[in-house]
This record gives sequence, structure tokens and C-alpha cells, in this order.
Amino acid sequence: MALLQIAEPGMGTEPHKHRLAAGIDLGTTNSLVATVRNGISVCLPDDTGATMLPSVVRYLGDGSIQVGKQALLAHASDPRNTILSVKRFMGRGFKDVAHVETMPYDFVDTEGMVRLRTVQGVKSPVAVSAEILKVLATRAEASLGGPLTGVVITVPAYFDDAQRQATKDAAQIAGLNVLRLLNEPTAAAVAYGLDNASEGLYAVYDLGGGTFDLSILKLSRGIFEVLATNGDSALGGDDFDHRLFCWILDKAHISPPSSQDARRLLIKAREAKELLTACEEARIHVPLASDEEVDLTITRKEFAEITEHLVRKTIAPMRKVLRDAGLSAEDIKGVVMVGGATRMPHIQRAVAEFFGQEPLTNLDPDKVVALGAAIQADVLAGNRRNEDDWLLLDVIPLSLGLETMGGLVEKVIQRNATLPIARAQEFTTFKDGQTAMAFHVVQGERELVRDCRSLARFELRGIPPMAAGAARIRVTFQVDADGLLSVTAREMSSGVEAHVSVKPSYGLSDDEIATMLHDGMEHAAEDKNARALQEQVFEAERLLEATTQALVADGELLSPEERKLIDEVMSRLLELKAGSDHHAIRKGIDALARATDDFAARRMDKSVRAALAGRKLNEIEA
Amino acid sequence: MTIDLQQDFFALFGLPRRFEVDELALESAYHDLHARVHPDRHAHLPDADKRRAMQWATQVNEAFRTLRKPLSRALYLLELGGVDAGLETNTAMSPEFLMEQMEWREAVEEAREAADVEELEKLHQRLRSAGKDLYGKLQQSFDADRDLSTAAETARRLMFMEKLQHEIDNALEALED
Ligand SMILES: Nc1ncnc2c1ncn2[C@@H]1O[C@H](COP(=O)(O)OP(=O)(O)OP(=O)(O)O)[C@@H](O)[C@H]1O
Ligand SMILES: [Mg+2]
Repeated sequence: MALLQIAEPGMGTEPHKHRLAAGIDLGTTNSLVATVRNGISVCLPDDTGATMLPSVVRYLGDGSIQVGKQALLAHASDPRNTILSVKRFMGRGFKDVAHVETMPYDFVDTEGMVRLRTVQGVKSPVAVSAEILKVLATRAEASLGGPLTGVVITVPAYFDDAQRQATKDAAQIAGLNVLRLLNEPTAAAVAYGLDNASEGLYAVYDLGGGTFDLSILKLSRGIFEVLATNGDSALGGDDFDHRLFCWILDKAHISPPSSQDARRLLIKAREAKELLTACEEARIHVPLASDEEVDLTITRKEFAEITEHLVRKTIAPMRKVLRDAGLSAEDIKGVVMVGGATRMPHIQRAVAEFFGQEPLTNLDPDKVVALGAAIQADVLAGNRRNEDDWLLLDVIPLSLGLETMGGLVEKVIQRNATLPIARAQEFTTFKDGQTAMAFHVVQGERELVRDCRSLARFELRGIPPMAAGAARIRVTFQVDADGLLSVTAREMSSGVEAHVSVKPSYGLSDDEIATMLHDGMEHAAEDKNARALQEQVFEAERLLEATTQALVADGELLSPEERKLIDEVMSRLLELKAGSDHHAIRKGIDALARATDDFAARRMDKSVRAALAGRKLNEIEA
Repeated sequence: MTIDLQQDFFALFGLPRRFEVDELALESAYHDLHARVHPDRHAHLPDADKRRAMQWATQVNEAFRTLRKPLSRALYLLELGGVDAGLETNTAMSPEFLMEQMEWREAVEEAREAADVEELEKLHQRLRSAGKDLYGKLQQSFDADRDLSTAAETARRLMFMEKLQHEIDNALEALED
């Protein structure tokens, strides 16, 4: 009866209502969106039939924004306002960006994440990425015929915390609910593994436009377990272009080209690189703005020679990843190649030589990541029955630590630990009456803080005054399934929970995100209210639906009184949702979350018990 | 009557509390539990469920990590038995072991200074097989003799070897860069 009460159009009582979900491959060069239709994962095309959206955003003087092909066309004529390969700037400072000197952008050298000055003002890489995400989400919604419940966005496995957080922030600004950040090679393994019903140890070698990832996975009975991952989040096809570009400058005796010529030459360099995959030689013929002309020919062999060091840069991670996984090259059953840059013959040769076998190239290296992401999005949205599900167990790519005396790093979480993971470390005060403590969180493998990546600094205040060494401050690192870190700190001896304020080193603050969300709306106050209302209504619907499902599945875990209470809070939220006060709806959502907290705990217990009981049964049978 | 998140890791996986573990049973219990508690199974549910899922999955990972490797399993058994493996404090090591430690250390140091990758890899292998020999001793002490203080000493030796292996890894990595 309670169920009927809460049933209304748009909500549905059937427990397996299909929720619209999509997988997004937010690439350095190209981005794609895919979804599962009738059980099959497909990449969605734009209205010209193209599935790949060039990851290019152009800000125009009239306040409009172009994304994709149109923007790409303008990139030689309007280089300053046309942003390419923005992924390379995500969660990165000005000093971290390679080849800045040949980039035509107007960089703002601020503290923290690098910014770009455009005709539409200063833009963060997060805002630029959000524009790409918006276009893809709109494409998916038009194709699916409704708003997306959630998306899975892929990130390079070797992305650090700042880069992951920046990606998640971009999704938030684009108004998307992120079900999971999924590592690109893992997504590829899902698409490949399910397609081929593979079992055993596999390596995924993913060389895209701007990033390189290598993951070792164990596939067994529906479990995709990442054993180790390695890579370089600043190595990709772009670097091969850049190397060829330098070769051209050198051969043609051009020193420093104008930014328009630089763009033009870079385009030609990329074209020549791609041509060399199919042909033995490529001609590079470019008229320059300075009336000069470049006319050169390069052979495949020459190209392989000048980019040899880049290929070698992918070999060291292969050794490391095998060592971390405790394996040798012979143990690997298959090598899956992902990313457009793996089409280069000398890359294929190097990989084949290292693993002693021809890599697997029977799937489209451009699409496989998006296809895998869509499959996972479908699962996470709850569209499949649990029984025929598979499970992904992924790892953290880089160790996490805290700065200690003398600029040294104390590692708290080791790389390649399976997610989610939590670790606590205790610290004490070193002065009498000390009431505050400063922490510096870093990520990386090196011993010195200055060789690692700074993630955040935070201060713990309100420690009760005690003698030196008497306070016990426990700092807990929790890394969730997205690979994102959260830190909590607590003084243990007094039980006082001290206040923590985190300042991300290369991220956006909550205030900045709020401002960007706000700016993005650019509407009158009532429009903003309307949007806030819509968001809360959407969230309320999601929670009501999820709770309904939980009650259908496990209602018997509640006493009649407990059940009555939850039903009441649900009815109340239903009423609020029909109104127009988004603050009130928020309160109703929070109330329902609180009312079901204990129920959630019991459900989890039941589930765990079932897992244990199920196993004992199996063992007896065996 | 909720299940205690802090319950002992052996109980969590439904395994007997001993040094020798059935690796297949451990792994299949680990997978079965994750099939229930992993956050991916709860991504479409309310935040309360997601939070629980993360706590449980974190605990399952911690338990698996602890039991899977012989050294961490041994240290955990010592902890359950109330014995402090006494890393720095307990220095009562046998003279032979101290000698052996010094020899290993010198060999590694030498190879590192000579940037001798091959030698480093060889030492790594030797340390690994020397470590494996100690597993049998641990099993004897824990499961047959129930002699925790001998087990603690063996665990300390193993710990030293693993630390050295780790240093070799770092040295190799530094040479590769
Ligand atoms: N036939 C080809 N030969 C050589 N390189 C190619 C070929 N086709 C595409 N590429 C290169 O592949 C790169 C783009 O690959 P892809 O689309 O997989 O990258 P991405 O997903 O955008 O980047 P990332 O995964 O690093 O974020 C570009 O550098 C492009 O020049
Ligand atoms: Mg890619």
C-alpha cells in the first residue's frame, strides 16, 4: 500500500526501470559518447554521422562558443581563443606544461592550475573541458530522448588526484551526475574482455593523443582485477607531432615561427605522422605567412629514428608494471592496443618485441574506451540484474603521502593498492600548548617532497592545549573507487574533532566552482531558482526511486514502526517535490537520507551474510 | 545485530585462523564479498548505501591485503596473539642473523654503486627464495608449535629481507629513469 501511495508518473514502481546512462571518453584529441542499447554498446554520432568530437573549444568575440570540428577549423586563424588538447592542462600548474613556448595561448601564470586568457575572459581548463562534456551530454540526451541519470567519464589510469578532481569538477560544471571516473585501460579491458569472453592475464597499452597508460589485468569469472598500472600522463601522439615539428624547423631553418605558422606546421606534422602509418614516406609542403615555403620529405625510417626516445619512454613503464604485478612478459596472454597513436608501426613493433607476441588489434582503438565506459555506466545506473554482472577492481596509480621533517615524504598509501582504501597515521605536537598543525599532502613515488606532486595543504586547528607529545592526531586518508582522496584529521586523546581546511594546490576551490556554476547560468534570478529547483526535484526523484527499490528488496528488515517512519518521510518528500521551494526539498532529501541510514547498514549486513553463507554452501557441494 | 566491521580478517573470509591459508578459498571469498559490497554495486542507491559500501569494501580490501602476503599475515597473527613483533624495540636478534643482514646489505650497496642491474636482479631473486624458505618455518611455529616468539623472530627476518628487496626495486627503478 505504501508503494501505491508513492507511485506517480515519471517515477515508476517497477524495480527495474531503465535509467538513461552514458559513457564518455574525454580524450586529449578526440572525445566520444556511447550508450548501451538493447544490450549492445554503441558510440553515438552527431548529425553528420561522426562519432568522434575533436576536443577543441573556441571562444568567440560575440560570446558564443564552438566545440569540435567547427572550432578545429579555426585553430590556425584564431589560435589564441581556440583551445586544443586542454586535457594536458587539467590539474596542472603553468610550470608543469611541456612545450609552452610553442603554444599559441595567452597563459596566465597564476598560482595553482594554469589559466588561459581568451576573448571571453580567463578560462580554467576545467571550464574548457566542461564545454566538451556539455556537447556530448546534449548529444546523448537527444539520442536517448531524456535527461541522463548519470555518466561514467574515463580518465587516464595514471592521472593523479588533482587531474581526477579537475575532471570531476568539469562534469559538475556541465551539470552531469558522475557515476564513476573509470580508468581508460580498464574501460578498454571491459569492452575487449566481454566481447571475447577472455580469461587470464592481459596487458592494455594505451597511447592516445596526450597520455600513456599501461595496465595489467587479471580476468576471471566475471572479475576484472587490475594488478598494477603505470604510465605517463604527459606522453602521447602530440609529442610525436612536436618532435616532427622541431625536425621541420631544424631542416627548414625556421626560428621561431609566428604562432599562426606554428599551428600550421603542427597540423602538417600530425598529417605527415599519420600518413607514415600507411605510406613509406610523406611530403610536408607548407606555405608560410612569411611568404616562405617549407617543402620536405620524410621517410618512415627517419621518423622512427627521430621519435625513438619517445617509444623508449613507454618501455620503462612496461618493466615497472610487470615488476609491480610480480609477473614477467611471458605470463601475459594478450596485449590490447588502445589509442590512435598505437597505429604507428614502430610502436606496434616495440610492443610486440617486449611481450614476445603480436598485440591484439582486432578492435577499434578509437572507440573501445567509450564503449567500455558505456557498459559500465549501464551497470552502475542499476540497469542490469546483479547476477549477470561483473565487477571491476581497480588500483591507485601513484602513492600518497605526507610531508615530514626535512622535506621528506612519509608514504601513507602505496601505489597499486586496490580501491577503495583507507589508511591512518598518527602524529603528535612538538611544542607545549600547540593548538594547530599544518599538513602537506603529496602524491608520487620519490622520497623528496619537491620531486612529488603537491595535492593540498591543510591545517588542523582547535587542538586542546597539552604538553608536547601528548596530543594524538590521527590523519586518515580515504581513497574512493574513483581514485579520489579525502582526508580527515582528529585529535584522539581528547576526542575533540578539530577543524580542517584544505587548500588544493592545483585544483579549484568550492567557491570557484560555485561561481562558475553561477556564471554558466547567466540568467535572471528566477531562472537560477528554476534550475536549482529542477536539480533538487531530480535528486529527490532519484532518492525516492532508490529507496523504493530498497524497500521492495529488503523491506522485511524493518519493523512495522520503522517502515511507517520511512514511508512518512517519503510521502513528505513527495509533497515537497511537487512544490516550488528548493530549500525545502533539500531538507526533505536530507531527512530521508537520515531516516534510511540504519536500514542501509542492515541491508549491507544481510548481503554480506548471504555472501558468506553462499560460499559455505558451494564448498559443501564441491 | 549488525556485523562488526572490525571483526577479525580470518572470520570475515570464513577461514580458520592459522598461518597456512588456502589461497584459492581466500581469493574466492574476497571476490564473493566484493560482489556484494563493492561501491559499483551500490552506485544507483542512496548516499547512505554508498557510504556503507565504501566502508565495507575498504575493510574487505584491507583484510585481503593483510592475509594474502605471508609476511603481513604473520604480523597480523602475532598482533591477534598479543605479541608485538617489536620492530625497533625488540633488538634481541641472533648474531648469525645480524651477520647475514650485514652481508646482504653490503652486496646490495655494492651493486647499487656499480649500477649493476644484472647483479641487483640476481640479489632480488636470491632474497626472494631465501624469504620463501622462511615461510615453512613460520608455518611450523604458528600452526604446529604455536610458538609465537619464534614466529616473531622469523617474521622480523622476513621483514628485513622484504625491505631490502624494496630497496633493490627502488635502485632498479632509479637506474631505469
Ligand atoms: N593512422 C595514424 N597513425 C599515427 N597516429 C595516429 C593515427 N591516427 C590517429 N593517430 C594519433 O592518435 C592520437 C589521438 O589518439 P586518440 O584519439 O586515441 O587520443 P585521445 O583519446 O584523444 O587522447 P588521450 O587518450 O591521450 O587523452 C593523435 O596524436 C593522432 O595523431
Ligand atoms: Mg584516449
